[in-house]
Amino acid sequence: MSITVKDLVYIYGEGTPYETLALDRVSLEIADGEFVGLIGHTGSGKSTLVQHLNGLLKPKSGRVFVGDAELWAKGAKPVEIRKKIGFLFQYPEYQLFEESVYKDIAFGPANLGLSKEETDERVRESMAVVGLDFDAFAQRSPFDLSGGQKRKAVIAGVIAMRPEVLILDEPTAGLDPRSQRDVLEMLERIKADRRVIVILISHNMDDIARMADRVIVLEKGRVALSGSPAEVFAHEEFLHSIGLGLPPVTELMRSLRLGGVDVEGSPLDVDEAEELLDRYLRESGARRGDRGKLI
Amino acid sequence: MIRDITIGQYYPGDTPVHRVDPRLKIVITLVFIVMLFVTRDFLGYAVAVAALGGVTAASRVPPAFILRGLKAIFLILLFTFLLNMFMTTGTPLVKLGFLTVTREGLYGAVFMGLRLVLLIVGSSLLTLTTKPIKLTDGIESLLKPLRAFGVPAHELAMMMTIALRFIPTLLEETDKIMKAQMARGADFETGSILRRAKNLVPILVPLFISAFRIAQDLAMAMEARCYRGGEGRTKLHALKMGRVDAVAMAFTALFVALLILERVYAGAIRAALISLFLV
Ligand SMILES: Nc1ncnc2c1ncn2[C@@H]1O[C@H](COP(=O)(O)OP(=O)(O)OP(=O)(O)O)[C@@H](O)[C@H]1O
Ligand SMILES: [Mg+2]
Repeated sequence: MSITVKDLVYIYGEGTPYETLALDRVSLEIADGEFVGLIGHTGSGKSTLVQHLNGLLKPKSGRVFVGDAELWAKGAKPVEIRKKIGFLFQYPEYQLFEESVYKDIAFGPANLGLSKEETDERVRESMAVVGLDFDAFAQRSPFDLSGGQKRKAVIAGVIAMRPEVLILDEPTAGLDPRSQRDVLEMLERIKADRRVIVILISHNMDDIARMADRVIVLEKGRVALSGSPAEVFAHEEFLHSIGLGLPPVTELMRSLRLGGVDVEGSPLDVDEAEELLDRYLRESGARRGDRGKLI
Repeated sequence: MIRDITIGQYYPGDTPVHRVDPRLKIVITLVFIVMLFVTRDFLGYAVAVAALGGVTAASRVPPAFILRGLKAIFLILLFTFLLNMFMTTGTPLVKLGFLTVTREGLYGAVFMGLRLVLLIVGSSLLTLTTKPIKLTDGIESLLKPLRAFGVPAHELAMMMTIALRFIPTLLEETDKIMKAQMARGADFETGSILRRAKNLVPILVPLFISAFRIAQDLAMAMEARCYRGGEGRTKLHALKMGRVDAVAMAFTALFVALLILERVYAGAIRAALISLFLV
């Protein structure tokens, strides 16, 4: 399955004094099994864009293709397309409604028309994936859970549908570090499987740099940059100018450069940075015959 | 989706019409409505249309916005029109099967239709040019004399303010919840009535929970700021009459005077007009 978006335009509150142009001719293509990181400043249109991918918002103009189906074409069935797309909303805990965690996770599979046995299997599996103990949580009311546990229950509900595309809108926002790690590890496993398109919206550049095959930068409703993490995060000044950060090591190198240390490159992880710094120290040491300057 | 519904919508602006004191604006609207019922003929309505047109132009609210409000009552309007047209006895004009359109009926239909339109446009102009908060401030202040009879003016106004304030929030919330459940494969558009009613559960439960949460948060925030009802409470934006209000009052007085004169001398004016045409 692949996703194609062509010249998407979306306007909130059209014809009222509060009009906002949220998407301005956005085009992109996402290949099968790709892990895409979507970043952009607050209000740049990320959430608006992803809601078009499963037909929750109807574009003013432009086209959306999921697989070979075009959303909003005559005779298209958004309901059917939605069943293939798992969508985790920003702060999604409000969507819990059943009397037990089990039933809530089963809501999606039930909408797919699966049998009881199949549903049961999927609920158990997805609870295991997100790290919620079945015996301890299955029969509890979702409203009695902690914030992080609620988030995991919601994620389990999305995964239980075995979607072909998984869209996650800031899945780790507001979670404690431990739960954040759980969610990210789960994403790593999904990524390793390579069977699902993952679109991850996050303000954590480190996560994006580590996991994404491709990074798309939105700015004021337009695609400003698109490419591998290395390509995108090399545009340090531009990213800063639109209010975005860099992964911590990239930021460190930038600071060193701004401080007058003449290091090259925009490393994305610690190993890469170490290598660059090591090379720098060796070269400058060879030039000046001293290795102490940096320290 | 659901967000496109606008209720009691306010059209922001800084025109004299927007600035008129909300108390006065409410009173003027009431006067306008009363005058619509005092008027008995089209000449009077011509004055009302001119006045309303003038105020609308001054408020800079696009006419499309005002007419949107009429869409909601279109059916009532049509019903009134048809009822009047066919159910009045008098000189027959046309016969459509067993229905007869009479001269008086046609006159009445147009007249009543016009009255309804003027009524709606007049009152929507009030909500379009007054912030909900100011509107409830105005209502509170107008209700104050009734406190002597035990009407809790401040509490009523506070309830109204809060309700108005949270209509958009709850609409937004509903929209969000609907989307989230649709993303989980819920289908709200097809199926039998029973099935659809059942499908509302995944929306209503979270909606109630979030409404209660919002109410609780609000109550806590109000208490944290020592809210304790209307007694001795002052306002951040105290209502004060100014020059715009004097102009508005003069304008209203002129309007009322014109309509009363028109009513009293209706016969004479008509005679004058007819003779003018004959000459
Ligand atoms: N329901 C709405 N009604 C009106 N305007 C909206 C609505 N949702 C978003 N907007 C506006 O559309 C623009 C894009 O919003 P969007 O939610 O897509 O941003 P975002 O990139 O997801 O931001 P964040 O990182 O804060 O989640 C913003 O300017 C926002 O104010
Ligand atoms: Mg967002």
